Amino acid sequence: MNGGLLVSIYVFVLAIFAGIELISRVPPLLHTPLMSGANAVSGITLVGALISAGTGRGELSEILGFLAIVFATINVVGGFLVTDRMLEMFKKEEKQK
Amino acid sequence: MNSLINIIYLISISFFIMGLKYLSSPRTARRGNLFSMIGMLIAVVVTLFDKEIVHYYYIIAGILVGGVIGTYAAKKVQMTAMPQMVALFNAFGGIASALVVLSLFLIHPEQMDLSTSITTSATLFIGMLTFTGSVLAFAKLQELVKGAPVVFPGQQVLNALLHLAILVLAIIFVLNPPSAGMTVLLAIFVLSGIVGIALVLPIGGADMPVVIALLNSYSGLAAAASGFVISNNVLIVSGALVGASGIILTNLMCKAMNRSLTNVLFGAVGQESGTTAAHGKRQVTGYTPVDAVVMLENAQSVIIVPGYGLAVAQAQYALQDMVELLRKRGTEVLYAIHPVAGRMPGHMNVLLAEANVPYDLLKDMDEINEEFQNTDVVLVVGANDVINPAAREKGNPLSGMPILNVDEAQSILIIKRSLSPGFAGVDNDLFYNPKTMMVFGDAKDMLVKIVGNLKKDI
Repeated sequence: MNGGLLVSIYVFVLAIFAGIELISRVPPLLHTPLMSGANAVSGITLVGALISAGTGRGELSEILGFLAIVFATINVVGGFLVTDRMLEMFKKEEKQK
Repeated sequence: MNSLINIIYLISISFFIMGLKYLSSPRTARRGNLFSMIGMLIAVVVTLFDKEIVHYYYIIAGILVGGVIGTYAAKKVQMTAMPQMVALFNAFGGIASALVVLSLFLIHPEQMDLSTSITTSATLFIGMLTFTGSVLAFAKLQELVKGAPVVFPGQQVLNALLHLAILVLAIIFVLNPPSAGMTVLLAIFVLSGIVGIALVLPIGGADMPVVIALLNSYSGLAAAASGFVISNNVLIVSGALVGASGIILTNLMCKAMNRSLTNVLFGAVGQESGTTAAHGKRQVTGYTPVDAVVMLENAQSVIIVPGYGLAVAQAQYALQDMVELLRKRGTEVLYAIHPVAGRMPGHMNVLLAEANVPYDLLKDMDEINEEFQNTDVVLVVGANDVINPAAREKGNPLSGMPILNVDEAQSILIIKRSLSPGFAGVDNDLFYNPKTMMVFGDAKDMLVKIVGNLKKDI
């Protein structure tokens, strides 16, 4: 097992713990926007897709990379926009009534 | 250059974490989403400076196509269709990760060391099962295919064999990556897709919230796994955050239904719905909207229990009109939201927020369950299983499920089409309770009539 992998595993496990801490604090009120927002964040695989689509080493790998970019971008753009659309609807009552 | 890129990735990760932190309050949640967007933008832009990227036309074309489709979908989707949309986006995230590792293998077949080949197989497996599982979940929610669970003899054995085959293929690949190569990876690709379908087929409509949350988690884990392949921390951390979020929501949903995850995945609940519905011989008096208005006008405090039926009838706007009228009279009105109201975690809150219900009126189960005993009238619209007192007794499908203590209120008003039981197929004794007034009819019609009568009296 090389050192790089070990560091990656450290990062992964710590991130899981941080995620559990942070997400337990999200109230049930916001669980749907949380899911669609998480959806957008999981589109981070776009970063990998960019690398695989732009290397210029063989048509097939670039086409696979292109498809990956399309799917991941739908995920990112759609996810963030729909989350924003939902969060915009959550309004507190105006004090003066 | 490389460490500079990594430092900028760290900034991007910090934005994601702050984004999640701001989601802890509806006041700051929108800012949180903006932070996540900035984090994503930073990660994407800095990646474009990666030394390996020499061609930009596929990248520009891909982002344009994906961006247009994503924007269109986000603007057009109905709030009732959010579960489908999240399912579909989970699918896209999964397939994107799978395609990325396939493409990377084609680029650097010689770079497949032990850890890269293991993580490549793992990404393919998780990514593809997320893809097909989510597409099937989407089809079930969209009612393109039947929502009822599909079970057949030998299903578990087939499942076990599929997993075993994938494991063997992965080992062959790991032992000899360059020569075993593409054929083995494609076999893993296809078999993992079948695993995803086999995972979601036996799951019924009522359990979909759990499955979507679970697949949400998987789509994050797929991204994290692809991060292991290219040793990229921004993928690993963001993927892990999404994975954790999905796991937490899956757990919450299971608790709210008092079921274990294994029971949801393999229990095939809901295939016999309707069989216990026939024996409703007890009679109940039906009341009119006018009777309901008299009751509501005399109440000091009212709690509303909405269910998904409310949104199906598109009655949430009429309901909020009614609430406004009551509050103008000085009546205290709150909404009680059960965790499984709606078809995904938190769904009912979004549907009500869309109808301009201020979020301070929306109370979740734990916050409001003590309040029912001090409440004059509870109005139930479109909810059933979540208020069924049978959940407190043993020996029925609802046993042990946490419910809203509606029966503790002074009087209960239920708007419903008939006496038929809910998803769980258990008769609801609350309908026959002497404190209960049943108003039979379509939720929207009835609420519009109630609103009309309330207006007359002002």
